[in-house]
Amino acid sequence: MSSRWTWRLLALPGVVWLSVFFLAAFYAVLAVAFGNQDSFSAPVPFWNPLDWNVGYALAVLRDIWSGGQYLTVFIRTFVFVAIAMVISLAIGYPVAYFAARHAGKRRGLVLLALILPFWINYLMRMLAWINLLSPDGWGTRVLHTVGIDRVFIWLGLLTSEGGWLDGQPSTVIIALVYGYVPFLILPLYASLDRIDQRQIEAARDLGASPRGAFFRVTLPLSVPGILAGSVLVALPMFGDYYTPDLVSASPKTNLIGNQIDQLTRQGSEKVTGAVLTIILALALLVLMVYYLRSTRSADDLAEA
Amino acid sequence: MIAWLRNPWGRPRALAFVTGAYIIWSIVPVGIAILFAFNAGRSRTTWQGFSFRWFTGSTGSVFHDPALQSALKHTLLLAAITVVIAVPLGVTLALGLQRWRGRGSGSVNTMMLLPLVTPEIVMGVALLLLFLKVFPSIGLGTKAQAIGQVTFTLSYVVVIVRGRLVSIGREYEEAAADLGAPPHDQILRVLLPLLAPAIVASAAVVFALSIDDFVVTQYLSGDASTTTVPMLLYATARGAPSPALNAIATIALLITLATLALAFFVYKRFAGGGGDAAVAAIMEV
Repeated sequence: MSSRWTWRLLALPGVVWLSVFFLAAFYAVLAVAFGNQDSFSAPVPFWNPLDWNVGYALAVLRDIWSGGQYLTVFIRTFVFVAIAMVISLAIGYPVAYFAARHAGKRRGLVLLALILPFWINYLMRMLAWINLLSPDGWGTRVLHTVGIDRVFIWLGLLTSEGGWLDGQPSTVIIALVYGYVPFLILPLYASLDRIDQRQIEAARDLGASPRGAFFRVTLPLSVPGILAGSVLVALPMFGDYYTPDLVSASPKTNLIGNQIDQLTRQGSEKVTGAVLTIILALALLVLMVYYLRSTRSADDLAEA
Repeated sequence: MIAWLRNPWGRPRALAFVTGAYIIWSIVPVGIAILFAFNAGRSRTTWQGFSFRWFTGSTGSVFHDPALQSALKHTLLLAAITVVIAVPLGVTLALGLQRWRGRGSGSVNTMMLLPLVTPEIVMGVALLLLFLKVFPSIGLGTKAQAIGQVTFTLSYVVVIVRGRLVSIGREYEEAAADLGAPPHDQILRVLLPLLAPAIVASAAVVFALSIDDFVVTQYLSGDASTTTVPMLLYATARGAPSPALNAIATIALLITLATLALAFFVYKRFAGGGGDAAVAAIMEV
């Protein structure tokens, strides 16, 4: 047996597993989305692409085109994610910068604190906030004492004192930030940590002001980290349904993930759910491919 | 922040403040949730004294309430099954992909990485439809959940093991080959012992990922006996739950952290290269 074949044989079981449970699963989504449904609205997949029925997909596209409910949900999802991303970067960049440059002797401890939320169950982190933000929770009381609830009401971001969990878009967005910002900070930290300090010193020696050195050296060099981290956070945010369910549970904050979840897992319109899943996956494909390419080039650099 | 822009080598008070505030904001709420697991009363918002009643009490505690007990057992069972399947599959796939250069390896590599970036709901829907329409004989429930978890944790094993393979280099294998070892001896007697720390680390990561997984596990769940701890948190957090919910979440958290800490020390002790390499291996993805 030549050693070339040894390696291929070793890869075989994993390849078969992913083909059956990953690729074939995606094909099942296509077959359902372009299939039909029976009189109980259970999906009847069409496995042969030549038989595909585009009726359900067209109905969804027509809804989106004419400004129907799905368009509303897609736009809301985009707006929520965009705002959450901007807030996440505003929080994450300074934190990552501090950890990479200024944490000094406490760097290990700071890193540990930044990594910890990764391994605390997402739902437990949400549960913590549900306890804190319930009408008599400690968080609600603190926010009331400091007057933040009145500021939010004044800004139109909260409808009533103590009503943080009553379907407030602002609560959902802040919960998304809380949930995903740790996943942004670590790639940012890695890219800031990689920047050669001597480049900044060179900029200073050549007369750049500290501010100029930051905006013309550090910031541009950290752009790959900003992009990779943003994509890494945007992908799960676009597919989230549990965060709005937990901190709002109101149709007013339905995201595309909620719509898909209601149609597929909970509901009986799996065909339309499959169509929406495909639209979401296609919309995110650009981000996914971008992220894979950027990490692969980083891998190649590491191997070179 | 302005002061820091003026002198980035000075002491960045504003940055330190932002970082400190962020760390407090990210960790203290969870700390309070853990604290209320030990509340003596039913409330999750008013402190009524310290007790273990929600862990061990005779009614409604994690160790006595059938639903809570079942969720904890099922979570651990799934994690064990997933580790047992995902680790060998991932290790062999990593070995194969690392040394197999040629036609097909690029597309296999892409297919292996895709689960890492696929939003979980997309994967959940895909697997749900697969088990409903293609494998109705497997159906929804424990088997489907385990298969789903293996599918998305496999890539983590590959990435961790491959990182170690890259750092080992090819010298040891080549030396073994020069001394006449056939390919299977190169793998079993040279590569696997060198990979052991990475294998342990990846097993721990898979175990932790499995315990924490929510979306895929929920989509593939069958009856109530296939409820896991995260599913229980989702289902009851907004209802009228008791601090027992905080208690079960605390137990799951302790198991996750203990597993990862163990892996960290194994990796650090046996793989050499200091703590940074171990953090990198565990944090890789």
